[in-house]
This record gives sequence, C-alpha cells and structure tokens, in this order.
Amino acid sequence: MATKSKKGEAKSSYADEPINKSLSKDDKIELLRQMVRVRRFEQTALTEFQNSKMGGFLHLYIGQESVSCGTISILGKHDHIITAYRCHSHALNVGMSMNECMAELFGKRTGCSKGKGGSMHFFAPDKNYWGGHGIVAGQTPLGTGLAYGVKYLGQKGSCLCFLGDGAVNQGAFHESLNLAQLWELPVIYIIENNGYSMGTSQARSSAHPIGGLALRAEGYNMAWDQINGVDLYEVRAKTKLALDRAHNESKPTLLEIFTYRHKGHSIADANADKYRTKEEIQRYMREHDPVTNFKETLINEGIIEEDNYKEIAKAAGEEAEAAAKFADESPYPDPSEMTDDIYWEVDNNTEAGRTGRHFFH
Amino acid sequence: MARLIEYREALREGLDEELAHDDKVVIIGEEVAQYNGAYKVTEGLWKKWGDKRVVDAPISEAGFIGMGIGASMLGVRPVMELMFFSFAYVAFDQMMNNAATCRYMSGGLINVPIVVRGPANGGTNVGATHSHTPENIFANMPGLKVVSPSNAYDAKGLIKTAIRDNVPVYFMESTVLYGQKWEVPENSELPGGELLIPLGKADIKRTGSDISLIGHGRAVITCLEAAERLAAEHNISAEVVDLRSIRPLDEETILDSVRKTGRAIYVEENKPFCGVGAQIASMIQERVFDYLDAPVLRITSIDSPAIYSPPIEKHQLPTADGVIAKVLSIC
Repeated sequence: MATKSKKGEAKSSYADEPINKSLSKDDKIELLRQMVRVRRFEQTALTEFQNSKMGGFLHLYIGQESVSCGTISILGKHDHIITAYRCHSHALNVGMSMNECMAELFGKRTGCSKGKGGSMHFFAPDKNYWGGHGIVAGQTPLGTGLAYGVKYLGQKGSCLCFLGDGAVNQGAFHESLNLAQLWELPVIYIIENNGYSMGTSQARSSAHPIGGLALRAEGYNMAWDQINGVDLYEVRAKTKLALDRAHNESKPTLLEIFTYRHKGHSIADANADKYRTKEEIQRYMREHDPVTNFKETLINEGIIEEDNYKEIAKAAGEEAEAAAKFADESPYPDPSEMTDDIYWEVDNNTEAGRTGRHFFH
Repeated sequence: MARLIEYREALREGLDEELAHDDKVVIIGEEVAQYNGAYKVTEGLWKKWGDKRVVDAPISEAGFIGMGIGASMLGVRPVMELMFFSFAYVAFDQMMNNAATCRYMSGGLINVPIVVRGPANGGTNVGATHSHTPENIFANMPGLKVVSPSNAYDAKGLIKTAIRDNVPVYFMESTVLYGQKWEVPENSELPGGELLIPLGKADIKRTGSDISLIGHGRAVITCLEAAERLAAEHNISAEVVDLRSIRPLDEETILDSVRKTGRAIYVEENKPFCGVGAQIASMIQERVFDYLDAPVLRITSIDSPAIYSPPIEKHQLPTADGVIAKVLSIC
C-alpha cells in the first residue's frame, strides 16, 4: 500500500514531474503550511468537541491531508470540488477561513452555512466548493452534474468528486460512472481509500479486481490510476494527468488514493482502535504520515529546517485557537432565522415568494 | 372558436417556449429525445432543438436526477422527465436529501433551479409500482414546491412558471389526462404574449354556494363532473376549488370558498393517511370553524396499494358517484 518513508529518507520519484518541478520554494512551503493548518484545525476541533462546544458528528481528516491539499493545489478557474462528510480539509484548501469553518462546527451564525449545515455540510460556491455532503455517495451524481454543467456552459474545467472507499458500493456511484463515461464528462472521481468504511475493512465490504477498487473503472471503459497518498508530489503529478484528460479530452477518470485516517470514522466511533490494531495505527502514524513525509522532503531538499516547521506549526495552531475563540464568542442563529434560506423567492421577497403559503408551522 | 389542445400538447408548448426563452434550459429523461417521449409529451422537441437541449438518459434515475441537481447548482436549468413519477423513489435520496436541502445547508448560497416532471396517477392498470401519487410525500419537505395541474391550460401555464422558479419544483401530471383536450389560447391572444400561472394560486373552476369541493390534479375533473350532476339531479350548488399548486398553498381561496358555502370535502387520488386533504381539513377547521355547518370530509384512493385488476381499480380512485354520495351525506 503506502510507500515507506523513514525519517531523513523521504524521496519522491515524482519530485521532478513538471507540475512539481515548477514549484518555487515558497510554493512548497505553502503546500506544507496548508497541510499543517488542516491538522491543527482538526486537532483544535477535537479538543473543542471534547469541551462540549459542538454537537453531532465530527469526522476528522487527520492523516489524509495530502489528498485534498495535493489535488486541490493544481486546480484552475473552472475546476470544481465536491466531497462527502469528511469535508473540512477541502474547505480550508479552497481558501475558506478557519473562522467560518470553526464557527459552523460550533453552530454559530458566523459559520460558513450560518450554523445550518454543521460539520458535514460546508460550502463555498464562490470558491467552486459545493460541499460537504452527509449521505455516503450521495454527492457522486452531484459531482457528475457539476461536470455536466461545466461542459454545457462550454468551459474548460472539471469537477473533482471525492468519496470514501465505503462509497464505492452505492448504486449512485456506479450510475455516476456510467453517465460520466457515456457522456464524456470532465469529472475526476477520487476514492480517498483509508481502508475502512466506518468499522468495516475493504476486505469485508468490497468485491473488486485483484488490483484494487480503481480497476472497477474498467467495467465502464474509464481511465483510472492509483496513487500513494502519503506522497504529496505523487498526488499532484497523477491528478494532473487526470485533470489534463478532463480539460483537453472532456473525459472522466477514477483515481484511488491510498491514505489512512489516524482517528476513528468520527468522534462517535467507539471502536476506532478495535477494528484496527493499535500496531497498525501506530505504524501509519509513524511511517506513513503525509505531513511528516512532506516536511522531511522539504528538509532534504534544503528548503526548510526543523525550526521552520515548528514555526509553521505554531502559527497554524495559533490560527486554529483564534478560530475557536472567534467561534465561541460568535452568536447563535436567532430561532426566527430557521425558515430563512429555504425558498429563494421568499428570501428575496419576490412576488412569487409572497404568493401562497410556503411554511406550515 | 377557441383553440382546443391536449394536455400533453400544452405541456410540450410550455417546454418548447422555455427552451426558446432560456438557453440554460435542458430537457433530460428516459426516451425524451429520439423516442419522442414515452407518453409523447416531448414529441418533436429533439428534432427541433438537437442533442444539447433534449437528452436521452439511460435508465438510471438516481444518477441522472442527481446529475441534473448538480448541473442546476451551476446555473443550468434541467427539466427532468420521470417516465412515471413512481420512479422518483429510485432517486429519492437525490430528490429529498440533495435537491431539497442544499440551499438550506449552505446558508442560502446554493440554488437548485430544477424541475422534475412526470405522471403521478393510478387508474391505468399498471399495478402498484407504477401508480404512486407522492405529492403529499414531497410537499411534506420544506425546500420543495409541488404542482399538480388538472387540465391543459394550467399545465402549460404552470410548467413555464416552474421552469423559471429558482427552487426545485416537482411537477405531477396524469397519463389519464394527457390525451384530453381543453381550451388553451394562442400566445397572440394573451395580454402578456404568453401563459404564465403563478405557483401558490388556487383557481375556482366552478362557482357554487352550497358546498366546496376542493382538490388537485385529476380529482378536480371528477369534482366538476359531480358538481354538474349535483346541480342537475339534486339542486345542490357545488363550488370546485383547484389547488393547482400544493406547496406553496393558496389558503385564502380555499377559506373564502368555505366561508361562503359552509361545507367542504377534499377530493384526491392520493392515499388518505397524511394526505394533502388531511392538511387542508386541519387548516379549514382551525381557521374557519365557525363557518362550518358540517364536518370537513375527505375522499381519497382506497387505502391499499394500487390494484391491477382493471374493473376493480375503477373503484379504487374517487368517482363522481362517490363524491355525490359523500356530498348528499352532509347537504
């Protein structure tokens, strides 16, 4: 599965690919900073969850940072993003602020969805980010539709449609693959394969060709690839090939990126270290951590030193702490706002919005 | 002589006019293009508008309805045909979880200007799986609009408005009505040059003074037949109120009618439990209780899955005879 990267030995065979070779020193530091910010955000969210500052679920991205950071880092103006409920990293990577994201977790009016969405439902359409969706694989037809929209509008763009390895057995996903290939839609399905659909391992949940889940694309005559998610350079280089296929040929790709979540399926996952051995979890944290890996890479390249990393981590931690303070001090939505943001015509007080009764409480 | 056209032709005119009105409008569904529509609603539109605007989808309701919802978030205006509205159940997650809630969960940042249309009726001997009437189920969900036209004129005016609306509109038609004709004026005869009927505006299809027969969809036609016979045979003057749109709901027109007549029966082809009539009956007793001279009654489908047996299915749905009997029980 993941390539082993011992301390001081990190070397990616994808470092010299054009998409990576073109990166400046500052670009590379920024990529590291993006991943560290996600990790610190998630760690702070966990602390605040334990402080009873939020309700519901909290699905943390810790361990998977390179996937969203690497893929999103190569996108352009007409490239869109949609994902499932483990959605905080994608939000930060498209440029949403920690404040609006943390405030959403706290259920505050200053949240990105005004406290109406919660942890699983972050959105920023102005940044081409379409959520944040709670139903496993429910977002895959939507991602297909975003690509349909891009093509219909005559734009050179794409949609990155993220899903977990637990989503690959939903019918909606298979219907999406068929439509995407049939109609040549510029969509890239990205399976973030962390090995477990909640508490059920891939071996216990999915029948697939020996090579892996991505090979299911063969059944739809769709291009596919597999990526070691620990290696940020590899994520960027291989995603670029799929992006070029979407942009230049208007054709879909199924990518399978191998990754690992350090925490449970969600905070409510009481068995996070029962369906996986402690040894397995510790081995991934020790040897296959994408943040550590990229930090070591940049040290080896002579771009940063350990102290620079500590500064980056410290700043990210402070940003997350400040976001938690912002969220804590923000107001909750007023109960009267509960029926806002449902009917466009009502919100905008148009004649249609004033015609007939829309709410029945 | 006013022009008479079929319900399906009226829908087709509405679709055709909206394809011309906005190049973001695209029709997608099973057999809508080259086959000309399973019920010929879209006949000729593919030939006129081509592959980009009228699209044949594979049998894949969850996939293509969800795809339409995603495309609508970018500003495309898909008009999705379900060959039968019963197939909405295959796409239920997309229609309820995604179309209905994306605007809300994004704090109003996302719009889903999609129309899902198709026949939602029993009475054609196709068994339970193809005879569902889910208007109450979808009208239960805030974020959705539900429309059910009873005739060709309303079908044309409402489909055009639905396509221009910025939230998901689920538009429920009737295969029994598709081939029936009503007066629908040419656009040149209309003051604004086109037929647009607002959602949330009920219509008095027949005025009367003794009882209000209220309904939606084909049940309105049943009510009109009953009303004619009540007048001729029993000297009872029934008013017929057509909701046209179930959500948003025109409460005032219903309440004004009941204030005038003092009696009300809701007639629908839907099932009784938590049906549209249950909502209306509750509203009437709450708002105009003092005007009532009799309990508010409901006439619905017999409470079983749609039966196949052709002569028996006739008895499952409301009939004019059934409406008359119910009226006579309280008049």
